[in-house]
Amino acid sequence: MILNELVSYETLRLIWWVLVGVLLIGFALTDGFDMGVGALLPFVAKTDTERRVAINTIGPVWEGNQVWFILGGGAIFAAWPPLYAVSFSGFYLAMWLVLAALIVRPVAFKYRSKRDSARWRNGWDWALFAGGAVPATIFGVAVGNVLQGVPFHFTDDLHAIYEGVWYVKFLSLLNPFALCAGVVSLAMLVMHGAAWLTLKADGAVQTRARQIGAVAALVAVGGYIGLGLWLAYGFDGYRIVGDYVTDGPSNPLHFEVAKGGSWMEAYALRPWIAIAPALGVLGGLLAFLGLRAGREVTTLLASKTAIFGMIASIGLTMFPFILPSSSDPGSSLTVWNASSSHLTLFIMLVSTAIFLPLILLYTAWVYKVLWGKVSEADVAENSHSLY
Amino acid sequence: MEFGIVELSRLQFATTAMFHFLFVPLTIGLSIIVACMETVYVMTNRPIWRQMTKFWGALFGINFAIGVATGITMEFQFGMNWSYYSQYVGDIFGAPLAIEGLMAFFLEATFVGLFFFGWDKLSKVQHLMVAWLVAIGSNMSALWILIANGWMQDPVGAAFNPMTMRMEMTDFWAVLFNEVAQAKFVHTVSAGYVTASVFVLGVSAWYLLRDRHVELARRSIAVAAAFGLASAFSVVLLGDESGYNATHSQKMKLAAIEGMWHTEPAPAPITAFGFPDQAARETHYAIHIPYVMGLIGTRSLTTEIPGISELVEQAEVRIRSGMIAYEALLTLRAERDATPQVVKDTFELHSADLGFALLLRKYTDTPHLATEEQIKMAANDTVPTVWPLFWAFRIMAGLGFLFIGTMLYFFYRASFKRMQFPRPALHMAVWMIPAPWIAAEMGWFVAEFGRQPWTVDGVLPTAMSVSALSMTEVAITLAGFVIFYSVLFIVEMGLMLKYIRKGPYLEVAETEAWMKRHEIRLMGRKNADAIAMPAE
Repeated sequence: MILNELVSYETLRLIWWVLVGVLLIGFALTDGFDMGVGALLPFVAKTDTERRVAINTIGPVWEGNQVWFILGGGAIFAAWPPLYAVSFSGFYLAMWLVLAALIVRPVAFKYRSKRDSARWRNGWDWALFAGGAVPATIFGVAVGNVLQGVPFHFTDDLHAIYEGVWYVKFLSLLNPFALCAGVVSLAMLVMHGAAWLTLKADGAVQTRARQIGAVAALVAVGGYIGLGLWLAYGFDGYRIVGDYVTDGPSNPLHFEVAKGGSWMEAYALRPWIAIAPALGVLGGLLAFLGLRAGREVTTLLASKTAIFGMIASIGLTMFPFILPSSSDPGSSLTVWNASSSHLTLFIMLVSTAIFLPLILLYTAWVYKVLWGKVSEADVAENSHSLY
Repeated sequence: MEFGIVELSRLQFATTAMFHFLFVPLTIGLSIIVACMETVYVMTNRPIWRQMTKFWGALFGINFAIGVATGITMEFQFGMNWSYYSQYVGDIFGAPLAIEGLMAFFLEATFVGLFFFGWDKLSKVQHLMVAWLVAIGSNMSALWILIANGWMQDPVGAAFNPMTMRMEMTDFWAVLFNEVAQAKFVHTVSAGYVTASVFVLGVSAWYLLRDRHVELARRSIAVAAAFGLASAFSVVLLGDESGYNATHSQKMKLAAIEGMWHTEPAPAPITAFGFPDQAARETHYAIHIPYVMGLIGTRSLTTEIPGISELVEQAEVRIRSGMIAYEALLTLRAERDATPQVVKDTFELHSADLGFALLLRKYTDTPHLATEEQIKMAANDTVPTVWPLFWAFRIMAGLGFLFIGTMLYFFYRASFKRMQFPRPALHMAVWMIPAPWIAAEMGWFVAEFGRQPWTVDGVLPTAMSVSALSMTEVAITLAGFVIFYSVLFIVEMGLMLKYIRKGPYLEVAETEAWMKRHEIRLMGRKNADAIAMPAE
């Protein structure tokens, strides 16, 4: 017997759909508040000490948090190579912008407080702002496009071709629906960053964070509901037609897909998934109230619930689709036709089962060691060892 | 050679990879050196070792930031610029990359924050543990990346699946314990250790020349020389192991490095010097050292190492076999499960050579119908450009021996001459700082340029691996990278130099005072805050 047959191919594909979701949500929950704090930085902190307070609330943890993203990318590569190939090359320039932001951010953290010049520090502060706000927005724009389907097709030997001249390719990503999704995504992570600052900072930084965060929470919830309605009535959904197997070879061209109907049909088929958008909306509202009331731990938990619900709802609504093609629906990627081989999925599952609990354990320990607020006095005292 | 999307994408990948690797070796090596220094501090409780840990740790931190930032680029680029590669071999190649994140990168990135921010919050032993976890994480990262890279050099444990039109993993253990990958791993991390040793040695020598921080510098030299000596031996030894592996996995790369145009009677001589001439298939003014090549490559006196011309002939045979596989594949793709058994069997028989037929895609869209002339051209394409390989390898190997000599000398002076170092030797140590970086870049150049025309040796040609992008897109991002990276490089160098010039932040007396306070703090957290704490 071969070990990997312990778990059927179909089950493994489902598990990996869940796991990629877990990693992406893990990324949004952890690195999400780092990006939120970055986007808030110029607005919640005015003096140099205030800015250092805000930066040092995430100083020791952003590096670990960012690995959720890198791991998310790696997991997509390993579990869904066709998705990795199509989306990264198709969204080429947008991806490069994310990269640019992610390159600037680590450097800005490390280098900002290494010189005393005000110009130097202010420059890096704006780099931190961009490093948070730009990816936070682009991720939303990307999701907005994925929901509509993107124009690509596969050749017979599975070369992915993304339709359009390069600037058309890039500019068509910036359609109204996707841009709104970008705003919602930014608002969501700003809310999360504000919730984090409420917990980790005090004084003026905390007060301003709560004010801006409350607005962001409302924008996120309102925008999320609005986008849901727009999606339901404004755009076609996708569905697999004809016979298909869920444990066959991963070849998108073996499937037939039709565009039409609505994504929202998923809620008629599987009513229980409505729990995800419900959590998204309720969590967001709770975060709003928490920010207004100045609750600390509750607000952060509420914000996490909101993010979990909103992101999970996208995956659940689209299931089994992961990247529909608008120009050639037959090339659409689904859970059943875009995965790695049975063996690879199994090996990756074993590795994840071993290491993910370990990661959660030591990450929790690190957060425990670092528990407590960062105050202006801390920054003044440890001027050389802090960012 | 015509300059198209393939060449531009290669240029971008080479630029970003080589830039990334300016920071990796120092991260790998310095993390271990710093952890060793902290171990001595915890064992002896002497403030000077704590000071050393913090000083070299700060330089490690500056370097680490750019290493991480430029590393993300690498992970993205496979999908962005090499999408067919990602689709074709992602089933195998993606796994080690993801496991690297799970097992190694998470570890180092989570604890690196605590290393810098946790001095006050952790006990001495806890902090030491954190330092080691960062070092282990950095080194494990290298392991998984090199398993992925090793597979590109020697694609074991995988087979082509005609139903999914891609390579799929058949044996994970073969990928994991790939000899090429294992040899590369030890060779590469050892190179990192040498890099860090030369760096620590050079910076310390600079202090000694200026009579500054003498205590710190002498001890640092002692650590660097001992660590560097062991690593320098290991680097050369495992380099040799890589050469031995290349004799059975990448014969063409080996022949190109040696400028060996024709098979020589065993045991073959090594060419120490010469000017390779690609067109004439001859190395001018060659100086040979008898027997050495045969011994390195085969570890025997009787086994032959094939030369370039003979390898081209073999490639031609494999191209013809691959064409049969390609034709069968067309039927398989159209008929799927309905394919006649005969065709399936034919494909099985020839599928190992399918990659060679793909070399023809550069010249024709129908490789199975290629003309004699096209076959000849494709076979010739299997020869990488020889002279850059020939020279890069010799520079790398020469520097490798130079490091052994230097480390031996400093180790001797540190151990037996009471750490007295003559000034000319110190000057030389300072001037040597860039040398390990040159060697490391040359090493990667040999490994990857020598793999051409393949991205995955014998499986997928580079020309087919690229994304369907326009020149404009790639040009925009390449220009962006160049501008970005240049700025980062200047900022990084500026900060490094500033921190080196400034030297360790605390004097020994202050460090001692900190240690006392920390001890009190650890014993009873409440009283600690009452004790005056000058800014640190």
